[in-house]
Amino acid sequence: MKLPLSWLNDYVDIHDLDIESLAKVMTMVGLEVEEIRLVGLGMPRGDQHEFKYTGLSWPAEKFVVAQIDEVLPHPNADRLVLCRVQDGTGETIVLTGAPNLYPFKDQGPLAQPLKVAYVREGAVLYDGHQPGRKLMTLKKMKIRGVESSSMICSEKELGISDEHEGVIILDDDAPTGMPLADYMGDAVFDVDTLPNMVRDASVLGMAREVSAALGKPLHEPDASLEMTGPPIQGRAAIEIKDPELNPRFVLGLIEGVTVQPSPYWVRRRLNLAGMRPINCIVDATNYVMLELGEPLHAFDYDFLIKRANDGHPTIITRTARPGETLTTLDGVTHQLDPEMELVTDTAGPLSLAGVMGGEESEVSLDTINVLLEGASWNFINIRKTVSKLKINSEAAYRFSRGVHPALAEAGVRLCLKRMAAWGGGQVAQGLIDNYPNPPADPVITLSADWVNQSLGTDISVQEMADILERLAFICEVEGDTITAHTPPHRLDINEGLIGRADLLEEISRIYGYDKIPSRRLDQPLPPQIIDPVLLMQETTRDLLVNLGLQELVAYRMTSPEREARRFPPEYDGPYEEYLEIQNPITVERRVMRRSILATMLEILEYNSHLDRRLAFFEIGPVFLPVDGQQLPNEKLMLSIGLTGLRDLPYWAEGEPPWMDFYDLKGVLEGLLMGLHVDHVAYRAAVHPSLHPGKTAEILIDGKVAGVMGELHPLVKANYELNEPPVYLAEINLAPVLAAARILFDVEAVPTYPPVLEDLAVVVDETVPAAEVEAVIRQGGGENLTKVQLFDIYRGQQVGQGKKSLAFSLTYVAPDRTLTDKDVGKLRKRIITLLDQELGAVLRS
Amino acid sequence: MTEKETQLAKLTQIQAEALSALAKVTDTAALEAWRVTHLGRSSAVMGVFSSMAGMDKELRPVMGKAANEVRQTLEHALEEKRQVLEAEALQQALETETLDVTLPGRPVTRGRLHPLTQVLRRITQIFGDMGFQVYPSPEVETDDYNFTYLNMPPYHPARDMWDTFYTKTEGVLLRTHTSPGQIRVMRARAPEPIRAILPGATMRYEQLSARSEIEFAQVEVLVVGKQVSFAELKGTLDDFARRLFGEEARTRLRPSHFPFTEPSAEFDVGCFVCNGAGCPVCKETGWLEILGCGMVHPVVLEYGGYDPAVYSGFAAGMGIDRSTLMRYRIDDIRHFRNNDVRFLRQF
Repeated sequence: MKLPLSWLNDYVDIHDLDIESLAKVMTMVGLEVEEIRLVGLGMPRGDQHEFKYTGLSWPAEKFVVAQIDEVLPHPNADRLVLCRVQDGTGETIVLTGAPNLYPFKDQGPLAQPLKVAYVREGAVLYDGHQPGRKLMTLKKMKIRGVESSSMICSEKELGISDEHEGVIILDDDAPTGMPLADYMGDAVFDVDTLPNMVRDASVLGMAREVSAALGKPLHEPDASLEMTGPPIQGRAAIEIKDPELNPRFVLGLIEGVTVQPSPYWVRRRLNLAGMRPINCIVDATNYVMLELGEPLHAFDYDFLIKRANDGHPTIITRTARPGETLTTLDGVTHQLDPEMELVTDTAGPLSLAGVMGGEESEVSLDTINVLLEGASWNFINIRKTVSKLKINSEAAYRFSRGVHPALAEAGVRLCLKRMAAWGGGQVAQGLIDNYPNPPADPVITLSADWVNQSLGTDISVQEMADILERLAFICEVEGDTITAHTPPHRLDINEGLIGRADLLEEISRIYGYDKIPSRRLDQPLPPQIIDPVLLMQETTRDLLVNLGLQELVAYRMTSPEREARRFPPEYDGPYEEYLEIQNPITVERRVMRRSILATMLEILEYNSHLDRRLAFFEIGPVFLPVDGQQLPNEKLMLSIGLTGLRDLPYWAEGEPPWMDFYDLKGVLEGLLMGLHVDHVAYRAAVHPSLHPGKTAEILIDGKVAGVMGELHPLVKANYELNEPPVYLAEINLAPVLAAARILFDVEAVPTYPPVLEDLAVVVDETVPAAEVEAVIRQGGGENLTKVQLFDIYRGQQVGQGKKSLAFSLTYVAPDRTLTDKDVGKLRKRIITLLDQELGAVLRS
Repeated sequence: MTEKETQLAKLTQIQAEALSALAKVTDTAALEAWRVTHLGRSSAVMGVFSSMAGMDKELRPVMGKAANEVRQTLEHALEEKRQVLEAEALQQALETETLDVTLPGRPVTRGRLHPLTQVLRRITQIFGDMGFQVYPSPEVETDDYNFTYLNMPPYHPARDMWDTFYTKTEGVLLRTHTSPGQIRVMRARAPEPIRAILPGATMRYEQLSARSEIEFAQVEVLVVGKQVSFAELKGTLDDFARRLFGEEARTRLRPSHFPFTEPSAEFDVGCFVCNGAGCPVCKETGWLEILGCGMVHPVVLEYGGYDPAVYSGFAAGMGIDRSTLMRYRIDDIRHFRNNDVRFLRQF
């Protein structure tokens, strides 16, 4: 809400505070000041400010109250006038084109001089002729032969509103020569109202908080009301169908009003608070809403009588009937549903309760008699209506957060008073007040000791009670105990235990969070729990980083089409059910992802022209809906993507080679060894996204934990990727992390020297290297500690369809030095076994 | 001249000739040649030893001793010369073998953690040192966990604080904050005391822009115990801020509202960009809003399985993206999930 300080000052004296200090006080009680717009007042002293300042200051020597004594015609222009102006220092002639001065032209000296806002040469103010707020410096100029160096201002030029149709005519009692900032300089705080503090979406509400924080008295508006007209009783009636939805409805009547502009100060305040002045009747309802926080609605009484066939109108509050419609005063026609609460009369709907009035019954310039509504509504119902109809208003903002029914009567009384003051007329005696459902204002008992224990403070019971009383609670103190009665303007205080928490907040807020001490936790340490999955997940990240990969963090939201790109064009795989988002931000992000591989491919594509070597990994969930289960499975996946150069290019060497299948395999081996996962195997496999001849499943304890391989050329064509092949791995992390060992066996470093020898065998091309290695290990037994493939040869020497695999073998015994004879025996066993199992022959 | 004198004179001459030849040696190859000539098997000194068999018995020991002295002198001189030559050779090598030290080094392909992971780890570590343990929680949640159990029954006005992505599955949504994890950890641990931190991805329905994301990382902090106080919340956050932002970090708690805490606060730290002078990062306030926090609301404790008459607690939630953004003065929040290598490799 936009809060003009001059208005706040009506209820709490803030003259002795500078703007900055006041904004700090407000922010520290929960009324966060987001921006301060100066409308005349100067910037506070000092160069460090904690708030954002905008707007315009009016220096005293340039901006003053002046009076126009006579309006003369311009000799050469019909649309300009010359004003004889006194500014307290002397008389000058000021040129202006303000249409609202034309009526005073050629009248000779004015009997009642016009008081105006006057600026002298050199003043910096807003340019009235340009859109928006653009600053300009007032210079001497000559228009059609007449020289002028000063100006009479419009609201726009002073930054009060966007109004530039005419100059401001001040009230007659404005003292000529007074600096304008002293007369009506202001600042507007843009206050962010917290959802539980809608009571403070009002000037009085904020004043109450400020008065509580500063310990200053609160001056509530004088609500004394002279009701001199004929009584209202019998001239209107109220019927409430559902007191749950409409706890209270109050009507007041004022007759014989003149629908005219409100006084200037009222219009100025409304403008500053961000509301457009309309006429004194509508302005009074808006003014009192901003003042007290109670939205009000004015009906044309005679129109209602007409609708009642010249009888007395009966206001009926009820929910809408099927098919009913209402055109609100913004011109929109709404289809209503049976949950929406309406204000109606016997002829039909009048307004959308608590949200917006109907177009028809609105007050017009011809209105003479006004029936004024002040009501209270169920905030949940209003909230539903607002969200269904996508409609908003100042009234709906407040009613959808809860306004206390007590304010209905207070609002009607104050508003009738303001209408009479600004529009004349007589207020009918009495109100019609239907109040079937008063809230129980909670009474809460709390002990000062509990408060101090909860806050870690040492506040006296008396000080706590004082704080609450400054917030209008009525308190009884008995020993350590406070019994607090909630004041009848708050709906945010609950009963019992929750009420105690509510009051804890009130006490701490006003006492000041900054005064609460800062202490280290003095609590027993909870049982410390080891989560191996989490631990291993972080180890996985570290290992992959150490293996040279960049970690990614990626979006979870995607679309089925985006994920389908990971398949070849003609692929016809099983149907994939997605978790769909009801209100996606774009169709491109309308489901939760199922494939971490699809994410990886998109990120590789995005980066394909940005670097010649890409090596990425991502750890994150995919979301798999499960039949009969409310929440999807969030399956933790790991993806790896490699493409481009194996090493970064280097000046001393030629172009590094591209990465291949075995780079990816090396990363996986490094990872699984680092996690101490045993019983890992790789097996040729097929996967729709991968090259059929260059794909492997990763098996842990014989179970598939993931897949790796080269991106299928047809899939690669779906993405904008560079020439080098792309290698991908997709791993289900849960079984990997479960197989990872925090504790693992460390073998003794051998005391006896190892015997090294090489062994080259020729096998059929189809025999996998891993099988050869397994047979060698089997033959070598426990003293064969290491088998490492170091060469593969294909060619004439070994014959067509054959390959030679060369291994380097390491033999060590734990208890003695192996002799040539020992090793010779083992070697013979290996060769025999290779022959038997694989038909392998020793390469000579 | 006696035989003895003749022989001794010969030795003296051998030594003199050898030393004078040595003086002319300038490299290690010549030195080796010199050694062969003057100390080798067929050298003059060695010739003296082999000729001793034909000498007088009295003369032999004298000559033996003298020849030995000559040999030792030459060996010593050889060693000295070798050292000199080696030192010279090294000196020369050091003078001629120079590199262009400004040439770039051989690039090592370094891996990196994503900046969000780096910052999250830092935060986890700081809270870890204070006894907090990580508790994982799901990213897709029920309406109950995301709102109702956090004291926001259906149509509660505070639900408006979070623009929510709903799914087409009844009652299932993308969590708008990590706070539903509070209920999950409480239900898992009650009635034990809790010090937990809950990191993870959260989603909000926003228009994507440089300042706002639809997906972002958060971390939730939760303490539950008997007689946990607001002062302890303040102390924990102050310690955290000092460790994350430096000893001198200024902090403040400012009243706010969250349905699941009461009292509620925003925790601000003095802007580390402008030191409080006011800048665009802190929106001219000198303060940066780091996290929201407060004392756990009794309704939330109750939903979590703790009796609010006996237990109390505090909770705090902070956005990792936002604080990383501020820390490194990053101009666009979308960089984090775009994964542009030009961005990532700077961390």
